[in-house]
Amino acid sequence: MIGDGVAAVGRGVTGFFAELGRIMMLLLSVLRFFPTALRSRKLVVEQMWQIGVQSLTLVTLVGAFTGAIAALQATNLFAKFNLMALARPFIGGSISTVVFTELSPVLTALVIAGRMGGSIAAQIGTMQVSEQIDALEMMAIHPSRYLAMPRVLAAMAMMPVLIIYANAVAIFGAYMLMIMKFGFSSDDFFGSIRNHFSAYDILIGIIKSLVFGGATALIGCYIGFRTTGGAEGVGAAAVRSFTIASAAILVLDALFGYIL
Amino acid sequence: MIIIDNLQKSFGSRQVLRGVSFEIETGATTVIIGRSGTGKSVLLKLMVGLLKPDAGSVTIDGRRIAELSTDELFEMRRTIGYVFQGAALFDSMSVADNLILGMWEHGDRDVPKLEQEVRRNLSNVGLLPDPSSVSTAVFEEAYHQLSSKMPSELSGGMRKRVGVARALMGTPRYVFYDEPTTGLDPVTSEQIDNLVCDLTQKLDVTSVVITHDIFSVYKVADKVVMLDEGAIQFIGTPQELQRSSDPVVQEFIERYAMTHAARDVHTND
Repeated sequence: MIGDGVAAVGRGVTGFFAELGRIMMLLLSVLRFFPTALRSRKLVVEQMWQIGVQSLTLVTLVGAFTGAIAALQATNLFAKFNLMALARPFIGGSISTVVFTELSPVLTALVIAGRMGGSIAAQIGTMQVSEQIDALEMMAIHPSRYLAMPRVLAAMAMMPVLIIYANAVAIFGAYMLMIMKFGFSSDDFFGSIRNHFSAYDILIGIIKSLVFGGATALIGCYIGFRTTGGAEGVGAAAVRSFTIASAAILVLDALFGYIL
Repeated sequence: MIIIDNLQKSFGSRQVLRGVSFEIETGATTVIIGRSGTGKSVLLKLMVGLLKPDAGSVTIDGRRIAELSTDELFEMRRTIGYVFQGAALFDSMSVADNLILGMWEHGDRDVPKLEQEVRRNLSNVGLLPDPSSVSTAVFEEAYHQLSSKMPSELSGGMRKRVGVARALMGTPRYVFYDEPTTGLDPVTSEQIDNLVCDLTQKLDVTSVVITHDIFSVYKVADKVVMLDEGAIQFIGTPQELQRSSDPVVQEFIERYAMTHAARDVHTND
């Protein structure tokens, strides 16, 4: 029985590394086709529209509430420890730092992982089960070039744009909460942000968003290409894509926290 | 010429092909028949490199598929048209875009020339009238109506024909048909069979047809290969198939005839 347990764990571990290896192979294949992006610019722009522009409403909602909740939590925390008077000049700066470096890129990426990752896996999975991927191969069109590269490149291009937009919306959401609930003035809030602003914080957020976007799209494509089992398989692929992409975002975020 | 030599393929513990060997002559129509699940579609996909065999080889025009690089394999596939069982049309694209995609992605951006090729192949498969038999205005109207349709707006027979037209783009040397008449009514099935015959003669292509429809065999085949339990059960002409005393062959033919007779009885009730 112990032997069976050990064997099961071993199979799980080797299975995990086998999947990781296959994802890396897909990544290499996608990177190989990056130089062809100009020739396939119509495909890339279509994906940028779907991934970027069509996510704006969702990102606005997420951004606004992220900023408001960050402001609420920060202020309540300082108030709990009777540090409001001391912390007042730093509140805007602390909210903006945590929004730019963590909350905005991670929460936005998680939400986009559900929308974009699930959608990519479902689209490509449907093509896989209906032999459309085989049809592309028989037309001598490489599926990595035609399907995966535009999606990965578009996600890497649009996620930083979405994050910058989300940052702006989050700061606005935080500002609205601070003036409505805590009676802050514009000078209090934005002055603190100005005094403690670091371009490095923005850069961290952008680098994270670039990697999160690429990882989400890559995982969606990988799972789509391996879909089997008809409609049920496509549904499962969409869910699996979101689950794995979300886990990957959190792991990568932890890695970034350690490195950067 | 295509040479299949001792092809073997398993999926998990299930062996689908157990050492299949035969040749496909240039310019002829070879039909591969057998019961459902005997490995016919797997064999077709092995022949074009969509699946990799566990053992054995496929040689097309003197080149072994397994030894080709990805780029060489893709180059070879440009000489092969493949008609999938469900047509496998790209459902986000119109009929015209489905046909043009392959040539467009390979750098041919001469839109008038591509549209002319689309017209020619849609006519070849009977979805457009013969241009010499109708006025230009009538032909163009029919073309514009058809070319802008999405796959979801087409009947099963029309989707199959569009799939054939797509396979013919770029003038392939080989055309592979995976169960071209499955799921179609008898009238449409016969139309597709006639289409296969016409195209083989008119375009001088080598055709390989996978089917379990014995009537299609008699209509289109120059050579018949029967698979049973993953191995070759029979190779010969349709006439030799009919005269064969092999019990498996006889059962296949008789079962098919009985199924159609039962259908006739129900029709007459």
